[in-house]
Amino acid sequence: MTATLALGDDALVLSHRLGEWAGHAPVLEEEVALANIALDLLGQARLLLSMAGDEDELAYLREERAFRNVQLVEQPNGDFAHTITRQLYFSAYQRPLYEQLASGGSAFAGLAAKAVKEVAYHQDHAEHWTLRLGDGTDESHDRMQRGVDALWRFTGELFEPVEGLEIDWRSLRSDWLESVSAVLDRATLTLPAGPQSGAWTAGAGRQGIHTEPFGRMIAEMQHLHRSHPGASW
Amino acid sequence: MAAVTADQTAQAGADRPEGADGALEAAFDAAVAADERIEPRDWMPDAYRASLVRQMAQHAHSEIIGMQPEANWISRAPSLRRKAILMAKVQDEAGHGLYLYSAAETLGTGREELLDKLHAGRQRYSSIFNYPTLTWADVGAIGWLVDGAAITNQVPLCRCSYGPYARAMVRICKEESFHQRQGYELLLTLSKGTPAQHEMAQDAVNRWWWPSLMMFGPPDDASAHSAQSMTWKIKRHSNDELRQRFVDICVPQAEALGLTLPDPDLRWNEERGQHDFGAIDWKEFQEVLKGNGPCNEQRLTQRRRAHEEGAWVRDAAVAYAEKHTATHTAARNGEATA
Repeated sequence: MTATLALGDDALVLSHRLGEWAGHAPVLEEEVALANIALDLLGQARLLLSMAGDEDELAYLREERAFRNVQLVEQPNGDFAHTITRQLYFSAYQRPLYEQLASGGSAFAGLAAKAVKEVAYHQDHAEHWTLRLGDGTDESHDRMQRGVDALWRFTGELFEPVEGLEIDWRSLRSDWLESVSAVLDRATLTLPAGPQSGAWTAGAGRQGIHTEPFGRMIAEMQHLHRSHPGASW
Repeated sequence: MAAVTADQTAQAGADRPEGADGALEAAFDAAVAADERIEPRDWMPDAYRASLVRQMAQHAHSEIIGMQPEANWISRAPSLRRKAILMAKVQDEAGHGLYLYSAAETLGTGREELLDKLHAGRQRYSSIFNYPTLTWADVGAIGWLVDGAAITNQVPLCRCSYGPYARAMVRICKEESFHQRQGYELLLTLSKGTPAQHEMAQDAVNRWWWPSLMMFGPPDDASAHSAQSMTWKIKRHSNDELRQRFVDICVPQAEALGLTLPDPDLRWNEERGQHDFGAIDWKEFQEVLKGNGPCNEQRLTQRRRAHEEGAWVRDAAVAYAEKHTATHTAARNGEATA
């Protein structure tokens, strides 16, 4: 249950944030691409939450403290560079995570095998934009570096072991660091030197401690569903 | 328009033998009359090209502005299934925008130029999107009525004389009819749901019915572009014919939904074999068209803002591409001389 919710909530919350871009993307092709990623993640979330119970009850009727997603995915979109950084950090984590799950014998193996193909595209998309923005104009470089720095402190939590997931967390972390460092380097960006988490943030999302913007996010997400108790949609 | 004219002269000039305008025009007219497709490299009258660019641009703009009223509900969709459907729908609209801007590009007018005209208020989009989506049921009403009206308008465009537009429309119409069924099904669920849900559905239909009828454009005797477009087979049925067809389709569907259409004059006319319906408030239509609808300002402002705020991203992509093309070229030249 803990593991299912952790994986499902990560996908649900990031999908929601990406959905907020609809109608606001910098170019029409990105309207399509961001929606694609959001839809893939929502599909994953629905499968995972259904493994844990009723998908809508879990998405719409849990309180903030009961969500088990990492804090990284709930971070507001910010500018396009911020969104791309969030996607880069998350995809570089989700891909090796799902690769490991796909080759294991857990209940997640089938789902992970399918999802890993989707995530490979998400990572590719994020890496391409990291290169374009990092090595584009001075402005895009500065914005991208700001995104990379600002979200860095939310990355440590990704490698906190989750109960019920048979994962080699150490190799997951080194895979992540290797792919992120490589793309940042090619994009002429600097890998942040600061800690990947503070004492407060380490593992906090998985324990149901979230950041302030998350409360407003789920208030908006849940409002209509909660306004009509028991209704079908 | 100047750019269109310059470009079409350059393009058409290449294939046009001196003094043979009359013969080319006759060949064009014969092709249209024989229901053959006109393709981008074929000679075509300047006015035909301009008319198509205007229509395709307006259509493309409608797709991308039309994303806004529906995207307004993505974050609040009341179930994950509905959320996935809505996100996919809004994504389809972005995709339709892409096909249509590409189709317009085959006539020599690029997306950037058309977007600039939209942002400057010099080209239009469908007025329907200047109405607000106030409740979740509006998402269903848009699917059923607005997409339904769009399909009624657009199915004949699949046989439009201009090839790239006709082919884009085949794909678009398939997706639109999917959206329409989803909208209908959403409304049906609400209509058969709790009393509050039913009321929400009825209220949405009340608000969207008349604006949907206006989507077919002014009555035939007041339509500026109709006659010429019909001769050119860009358009195949008159505004009033299509509007009547739409009303006749909707009446039994509304009954099946358990919802009423907000028109006391709506009734079956045995003699005509069609429904009579009440007078449309054309004053409202003209006002919305002039920019005084509930959301004109909001829609255009959001579109402009997204474009302006995205400028640095587009600049970065161009700068990156230039840098890397330059690097590759330098590397290749270096190899060649070494």
